[in-house]
Amino acid sequence: MSLDYETLRLIWWVLLGLLLIGFAVTGGFDLGVAMWSPFLTRTNTEKRVLINCIGPTWEGNQVWFITSGGAIFAAWPTLYALSFSGFYGAMLLVLLALIVRAVGFKYRSTIDNVRWRGAWDMVIFVGGFVPALVFGVAIGNVFQGVPFYFDDQLRVFYTGTFLELFNPFSLFCGLLSLSMFAMHGAFFIQVKTVGHLKKRARIAGRIAGVLTVSLFLVGGAWVYWGVDGYVLSSPMPHDGPSNPLYKVVIREAHGWYVAVSEAPIRLLPPLFGVFSGIMAVIFARFARTSFLWSAGCVAGIVATVGSGMFPFLLPSSTTPNQSLTIWDSSSSQHTLSVMLVVTVILLPIVIAYTSWVYYVLRGKVTERSVEDSGHSAY
Amino acid sequence: MIPGTDIVDLSRLQFALTALYHFLFVPLTLGLSVILAIMEIIYVMTNRYIWRQMVQYWGVLFGINFVLGVATGLTMEFQFGTNWSYYSQYVGDVFGVPLAIEGLMSFFLEATFVGLFFFGWNKLSKIKHAICTCLLALGTNLSALWILIANGWMQNPVGAHFDFRTMRMETTSFFEVMFNPVAQAKFVHTISAGYVTGSIFVLAVSAYFLLRGRNYAFAKRSMTVAASFGLASALSVVVLGDESGYLANNNQKFKIAAIEGIWHTEKAPAGLAVFGIPNEKTQRIDYEIRIPYLLGLIATRSLDTELPGMDELVDQGKGFIRQGIKGYEALIHLQKNADDKHAQTDFMEYGPYLGYGLLLKKYTEQVTDATEEQINAAANDLKPSILPLFISFHLMVACGIFFMLLFGVGFYLSLHNKIQSTRWYLRIAFVALPLPWLASELGWVVAEYGRQPWAVQGILPTVMGVSSVNFSQVMTSLLSFIIFYTVLAVVEIYLMVKYIRLGPDGTSIA
Repeated sequence: MSLDYETLRLIWWVLLGLLLIGFAVTGGFDLGVAMWSPFLTRTNTEKRVLINCIGPTWEGNQVWFITSGGAIFAAWPTLYALSFSGFYGAMLLVLLALIVRAVGFKYRSTIDNVRWRGAWDMVIFVGGFVPALVFGVAIGNVFQGVPFYFDDQLRVFYTGTFLELFNPFSLFCGLLSLSMFAMHGAFFIQVKTVGHLKKRARIAGRIAGVLTVSLFLVGGAWVYWGVDGYVLSSPMPHDGPSNPLYKVVIREAHGWYVAVSEAPIRLLPPLFGVFSGIMAVIFARFARTSFLWSAGCVAGIVATVGSGMFPFLLPSSTTPNQSLTIWDSSSSQHTLSVMLVVTVILLPIVIAYTSWVYYVLRGKVTERSVEDSGHSAY
Repeated sequence: MIPGTDIVDLSRLQFALTALYHFLFVPLTLGLSVILAIMEIIYVMTNRYIWRQMVQYWGVLFGINFVLGVATGLTMEFQFGTNWSYYSQYVGDVFGVPLAIEGLMSFFLEATFVGLFFFGWNKLSKIKHAICTCLLALGTNLSALWILIANGWMQNPVGAHFDFRTMRMETTSFFEVMFNPVAQAKFVHTISAGYVTGSIFVLAVSAYFLLRGRNYAFAKRSMTVAASFGLASALSVVVLGDESGYLANNNQKFKIAAIEGIWHTEKAPAGLAVFGIPNEKTQRIDYEIRIPYLLGLIATRSLDTELPGMDELVDQGKGFIRQGIKGYEALIHLQKNADDKHAQTDFMEYGPYLGYGLLLKKYTEQVTDATEEQINAAANDLKPSILPLFISFHLMVACGIFFMLLFGVGFYLSLHNKIQSTRWYLRIAFVALPLPWLASELGWVVAEYGRQPWAVQGILPTVMGVSSVNFSQVMTSLLSFIIFYTVLAVVEIYLMVKYIRLGPDGTSIA
């Protein structure tokens, strides 16, 4: 591979975005379905139907999240080191939620007892709600920048606290995140179910869809008027060694919108997100169509984080000059090349067999099919 | 400034506990997934329904175990970042790659096809479902491959160099990282250990059924598969353990010295202590039973290469540390002025020992002002703790030899159709159940505790790799893991015992 360092960094920024979008669009509806399970269902069988909609595929969907984490480690090790240790408490919360969610899915039906199942159902709900909320809160903090600095050995010191992560803007983003995953989960339920569940899911999807688009637009305005953005103010080599200590960054009002006038293409993801969300709500009666539009909305919103902040990955609110950008916190050229080759080969294969599995499992999950399956369903 | 000893110790404790806990579930996943594939292939070939029932029943037990392997694996991926962030920064360019590939190649494969394994019986043809089971097994084994390439690099850091402009290790040859002989030996040794675990599990549970006089046809066939697969695996695990020992002697001489309790260099070829209790005070092994010449043969495959003892290695270490100080000094100059020719040549010569220089960070932040006392102390830090390593190693090997015998006898009895009626053997097979878990965990103690004080051998001391977080954060996560993991372990064991007692007849499977 003889791609230059600058191109490799750009490609890996895009790939990271694709992996995160992949998680949001697949694992996202799993989180949404888990959140809806106490609210959309009236009987235990309906609950089983809901959980079995995602039963066979939640584990594969979760791997988009795991692989995103691995990709951050491999392609952006400084970002991995800083964000995972800096957001220590939030990471712990998400991790514990995902652990118990996994066990909840698997162990739910191992004992035929209402209290046993009820307990695990609460766990599954928490396992959907907590990650959905925390992801939004994390992104909200990323936009504002977080307090950290490096010493000259590039050891990072994060100087914020756990509670500081929960501020008005980040909580707002958490709300948006919850709404987005709820919308997507509801539209997925519509595809996989029949009868009353399907009707309730449609209504839920419509409401969540309107909420998502509205919150997203409000969020955009908030970022313009209420969040100081970061702007690169020194020329930066795009193919230099990865060391975040050698640039100048200023923090200013409307900072995140400064680059938009120079590169209006940055508006494409958010516009696509808003448009798709509206389409999903309008065409809610058509299950597959609205689900695809919902996926587009989720993709658009997640992509907006990248396009809005480019080339920043994680700004520092206390030492803006040491913010992480894609030009100075990537892995080496050799590593990015190797990872690119591996990804170009493996990712299409993954998508191919994942699609095949969804095809095999196509069709509705009905009360009858769940009751007939005994222990081989959840 | 590196984090204080309290944070280092707590972080190490947390990583050890979560890793050992994760490895309670992994070996069974590795072995049982392959056994499931074997049984299902037999089903497809013979079309005998009982084999399908076997796959489904052992599959239920597999599922109870598998989900905890996945859940506790999440913790490991997070933990490099949360608690070892300087390590992640320093070696992530190299180390992150096999982890990412593990996700892309293995996790996707196993997580996707495990869904079809459980949910696809009625939606797929016999052959298609069997292929799913094989892909599930392949996924778990590939996962072991990539994580052991990562760990293998920690033990023998090939294919990378230190870049002073980015202050981290960077990959020079991914090919070397992937085909690191230490990684390859560890991989085959570890999956063999997994296969032994899966085999003993099936053997022991089947023995339980036979002792109770139930599920005769089911248990007999399962035992036959377990005994044959187990025999091959046990032989493999012992041979490859030997290979690991040989390779470790290249660059981890302290580890070899510790597991064998060699304080002082012996005349070649060194003898092997089969039994004994190391005495740190007298630097001798009490109650030793020794086979002369055997260790020399195993570790060096020669009759005249000496195996250095701890004291000789510590002296050698002092020399490395002094060169490391020079390397560190050259690095400081290069950071101030990258074109400093003098510093460049110095770094060429002494840079490879930079890691040894970093051992002094525990005593002095500046490194270049280290006193003779501090250098001695750092050199003595190179000695891993002998007693736990000696005992772990010997106990693990003893288990390995026992497994070979157990499966050998079982294989023989199976061939002669006597396994179902040889009750003394069935009883031994049943009580042998915990042993593969014991051996696996001891093996990891040898691998990782024997690697101390290094996070990456010769490159990064453990004490430097820790995140700069505070004590209460690590205490919170540690306590959370202890609480959550204990509850999950109780639930898992309860479910396992319940479904073993129910047996194939009591478990309703579609």
